Amino acid sequence: MKDTFTLGGHEFTSRFILGSGKYNLSLIKAAIEDAGAEIITLALRRANTKKEENILDYIPEGVTLLPNTSGARTAEEAVRIAHLAREMGCGDFVKIEIMRDSKYLLPDNYETIRATEILAKEGYVVMPYMYPDLNVARSLAAAGAACIMPLAAPIGSNKGLATKEFIQILIDEIELPIIVDAGIGRPSQACEAMEMGAAAIMANTAIATAGDIPAMAGAFKKAIEAGRTAYLTGMGRVLQRGSEASDPLTGFLGD
Amino acid sequence: MVTVNGEQAADAAGKTILDYLTEHGYPGRYVAVECNGEIVPKATFEERVIQDGDTIEVVRFVGGG
Repeated sequence: MKDTFTLGGHEFTSRFILGSGKYNLSLIKAAIEDAGAEIITLALRRANTKKEENILDYIPEGVTLLPNTSGARTAEEAVRIAHLAREMGCGDFVKIEIMRDSKYLLPDNYETIRATEILAKEGYVVMPYMYPDLNVARSLAAAGAACIMPLAAPIGSNKGLATKEFIQILIDEIELPIIVDAGIGRPSQACEAMEMGAAAIMANTAIATAGDIPAMAGAFKKAIEAGRTAYLTGMGRVLQRGSEASDPLTGFLGD
Repeated sequence: MVTVNGEQAADAAGKTILDYLTEHGYPGRYVAVECNGEIVPKATFEERVIQDGDTIEVVRFVGGG
C-alpha cells in the first residue's frame, strides 16, 4: 500500500517539506530534487523595482508552494499576507507564522489560533506553526487547521528535538498530521522525529547552512524515509536490564 | 502624493497599476498588489487608475522557511 499523508484533501508522498530561505536560487531546483520534496515554503516581501531573478522560475512544475506569513505580528497581519499570497495565483496553502518575540522568534500561539480560524473559514489549507502545547493544538484542530506544526527548537538554531516530549504528546493525542518544523539540524534528528510518528519534517536552515546544500537535502530525505519505515514497522524492544545474545547459545567449539 | 512600498511616488497618480508596474520594471506576473489595504485583483491591473493619496504595496515571493 502506498504510504501517503493528506493536507486539505491533497495527497503527498514525500514527507520532507523544504524551506527555500538563506540559499542561492540556483541551488533550489537541485535541493528540491535531491530532497524529493513535493512542498516548498516561500515568504512574501515587498518587491524591488529593479529587475531581479524570481524564485518561482527556479521551482519545478508540480511542486506545491507553501507561502508563510513571516513578518506578521498579529492574526490580522497574517490574514493580510495570506490574502496577498493567494493573489499570486499559487494555490490555497498557507503556513501561519506569527511572532511577536524578535529575540527567540517563538510563535504566538493565541494569535495563531485566531488566524487559523479566519483563514480556514476562507478555504485555505492552513498549516499553523506553533509552540507545542496540547491545548493549543486542540484549538487549532477545532479551528480547521490541516495539520499542526510544532517547533523542535528555536528557528534557525539547528539544535534538534528540544521539545521532544511535548511533540510526542501531540503525535499521540491529535489526529491531524504533526509536522515538525523549526530547529531540526541534522538528518538523525529528522529520523528520530519520524520514528516518533511525526507525519513529516520541515527544514530550511539545516540544509541552507550545510557544506553541500543538495547533498544535505538528500541526506535528510533518506533519514526521513528511514524514520518513517521504522515507525511503521514498530521498533525492536528495549531490555530493562541484562542482555540477550543474538547468536545461538549451543554448539560452541569447546562443548 | 502616492506612496508605493513606503516611498513617495511622484509619477504614479493617474496611471493604471499595469502601466506603473511596467514602467518601473516590476515583473507583473510575479507580484501581488494592495491599494489602501485592499487587494487589487490581477485581472484589474489594466483598468485600475492610481489616485492621488493612494498607498500601494507591491509584493512578491522570496526564499523563506
